[in-house]
Amino acid sequence: MPKTPIIALLTALACLCWSPVSADDVSRKEMRSLDEQVQEIKSDVLSIAAELDQLEERLLFPSNTQLTVFVAIGDGTESFRLDSIRLGINDALATHHIYSFKELEALQQGGVQRLYMGNLPIGTHALEVSVLGKLPSGKDFAHAERFTFDKGIDPALIGITVDPGSGKAPIALKDW
Amino acid sequence: MTRPLAWTIGLQLALMLLCSPARADDVRDLYFGEALFQAGQGKYFEALERLDAELGQHYGLDEPELDTLHHHIREAEFFVGDFELNYRMHHRAGRAISAVLNGDVDQSVRNEAAYRLARIHFQKAQMADALEALARIEGSMPARVRDDVEFLRANVYLAVGRSAEAAEVLRELQGTKGLTGFSEFNLAVALLQDGRTAEALQQLDRAGQVDARDAMTHSIRDKANLVLGGMLLESGRFEEARAPLERVRLEGPMSNEALLGAGWAELSGENFERAVVPWSILADRDPTDAAVQEAKLALPYAYSRLNVHGRAAVLYGKALDTFGRELNKLDASMGSIENGSFLEALVREEIHQDKDWVVRMRSLPETPETFYLVELLASHDFQTALQNYLDLEDLRKKLATWQASFDAFDSVIAARADYFEPLLPEVDQTFRELDSRFRVRVEQYELLVKRMQDLLVMPRPEFLATTEEKVLSTGLTAMDEALGGVGRDGNDELRQRIRRLEGIITWTLHTQYDDRLTRFYENLQDMQGSVALLKEHYQAFVRTRQAATLSYQGYDAPIKRLRGRIHQASAKVDQLMARQGRMLEQVAMAELESRQRRLVNYQHQARYALADSYDRATQAQYAEEP
Repeated sequence: MPKTPIIALLTALACLCWSPVSADDVSRKEMRSLDEQVQEIKSDVLSIAAELDQLEERLLFPSNTQLTVFVAIGDGTESFRLDSIRLGINDALATHHIYSFKELEALQQGGVQRLYMGNLPIGTHALEVSVLGKLPSGKDFAHAERFTFDKGIDPALIGITVDPGSGKAPIALKDW
Repeated sequence: MTRPLAWTIGLQLALMLLCSPARADDVRDLYFGEALFQAGQGKYFEALERLDAELGQHYGLDEPELDTLHHHIREAEFFVGDFELNYRMHHRAGRAISAVLNGDVDQSVRNEAAYRLARIHFQKAQMADALEALARIEGSMPARVRDDVEFLRANVYLAVGRSAEAAEVLRELQGTKGLTGFSEFNLAVALLQDGRTAEALQQLDRAGQVDARDAMTHSIRDKANLVLGGMLLESGRFEEARAPLERVRLEGPMSNEALLGAGWAELSGENFERAVVPWSILADRDPTDAAVQEAKLALPYAYSRLNVHGRAAVLYGKALDTFGRELNKLDASMGSIENGSFLEALVREEIHQDKDWVVRMRSLPETPETFYLVELLASHDFQTALQNYLDLEDLRKKLATWQASFDAFDSVIAARADYFEPLLPEVDQTFRELDSRFRVRVEQYELLVKRMQDLLVMPRPEFLATTEEKVLSTGLTAMDEALGGVGRDGNDELRQRIRRLEGIITWTLHTQYDDRLTRFYENLQDMQGSVALLKEHYQAFVRTRQAATLSYQGYDAPIKRLRGRIHQASAKVDQLMARQGRMLEQVAMAELESRQRRLVNYQHQARYALADSYDRATQAQYAEEP
């Protein structure tokens, strides 16, 4: 956990020494009331989003055909710059993602990206993963792997770990 | 120009509160990892959406300890609160963390929850509640947060005016890694509040010389130097003010104020030549900055004190040009606010892609409405209102997208109904036939399994007779019955032959029993695999059949309900945006009017001074002429 100094007060205190812009004409009470109403509507919209997510998933990705592919980067990958990832399913392009700086940082902090969600029939399928990036040494990294997996009646959750610096397989698959 | 950094210091640190740097290998629940991924990008709405769903699902399970989220449940509960806090949902964040605090958890968890709750109350300026939460911490805290808890405690004491206690706590935190500069600066503030001005000045001097290795420490160090310089200036200690003001970085967020102060320190000490140096640097900077505007007036004043009236007159003339241009910009900005362009500019999508969007916005020629936005953002009220407005705009866009997606859902559902409805009756008919055959086969298999179990308990060789043996045996029994009783008709020889033949069958059944039982077992094993496959296909078919119906039935009610909810929420968001927008415009107008008044005042002063400088320059010229 990073150090977490609370310095909101500092900003406020600094305002003692600076000259803050005041909102003389705006009622502070109204401001607080508005802030509370904004919080309420956020809560409402979050609840709508949850219900909508369920509906969408049921409608577009029924559980018997659902396939979700996640991507994480591994331990030895802290200084690895992941540029892009290409995912193919049964020799057809499923998705191609180019990483922004923010996304890369989020992955390096331990985040897991939902790369792809789609539908597949029950049976054995092939998954092709191609990764482009730059190693800490500055050398370009390009690697592709092909995996097979079985899709059963239940939703399939597949996790791809990209880990070129660990000495293990640079791209590994884990069936969740 | 780096002034916006000053007001974002607090924000940046607050964001750092968020995710512990868990490695990907540590994440055992993919959806929890996804929530971290969203939060790591600052997408707190999406992070909350995912984590709320995961937690809801987890607590709905009969055996939650078997769920993968179980490994992260404590973190997840805290993260919900953190995400809510970062999404500026303080009420919910407080409730989430209070729930942990009041739950049946270890004291260490309760302590951490109390600390987080205190932090929320502090940020909401609810100091009594913050103190109450801090009082619930018992025993020792983990080393990683111990200093932060004490720093928070000191800040709360400061906020409620218990300066002496704050100073006491802060003294213990001097030199603490991670709080470098902040604990030193706050101790100075505590001493100042406690009326110990001399000590406070010494402490500010220390805070102004801490070893800064990152941007935030540099900023707080600059701030300490600026405050110290300002205080020394006010108390007439001009010579002493110079050193701290010179320590402020030339390119830092406080450099403009520092350069201005440095000039005034020199001028007040009547070192006019030295005053010219910082003001000359400052006068060439961004003219929308208040310090720069002041410097444009102060610089020619310094020249006039040096009796260089010609140069002063030229600079007053330039200042007048600048003030005129800035007044025009202010007029344009105020006009833009009045016609609604200001709010439109604030929500321009492409600008938000850049973290320094506020700075960039000012440099866009087509956005006069935002020339002074950076200055507006120095106001906490404006920041809060702006952030709420941007959040509402984000919600508005989401709701509009969702509302539009229902039409697509409707057409998907209609297409599926059109496809499946004619097909399903025939499929169902075939299925019914297959279903009865399936059940018969499964029953037969189960009967055989039972027979095998019976045979293992009590051997019954006749159960393993071949069909031929059974036919033979039945034929022999029939013949025997047809011959009637023994000794009645002289057919004993025939009966003997029947007995011998029956004996052969019995012999075969008994001698081959073990082999036959083994074969029976092996066949049953093979059959078990086939039956399992059959059942799997059957289940798959049933699920697929159900999925076919579920793909177009049962959506009307939820879609109707969601449409209604989204419609209501959109109306509410529009209403709140209008109110929040008006508030932003009012705050912006108030600030711009204040800047306008100041500029008009500067303009008057510059005009008067310009005329005066010309007069003096002319007089000097006459005086020099023979």
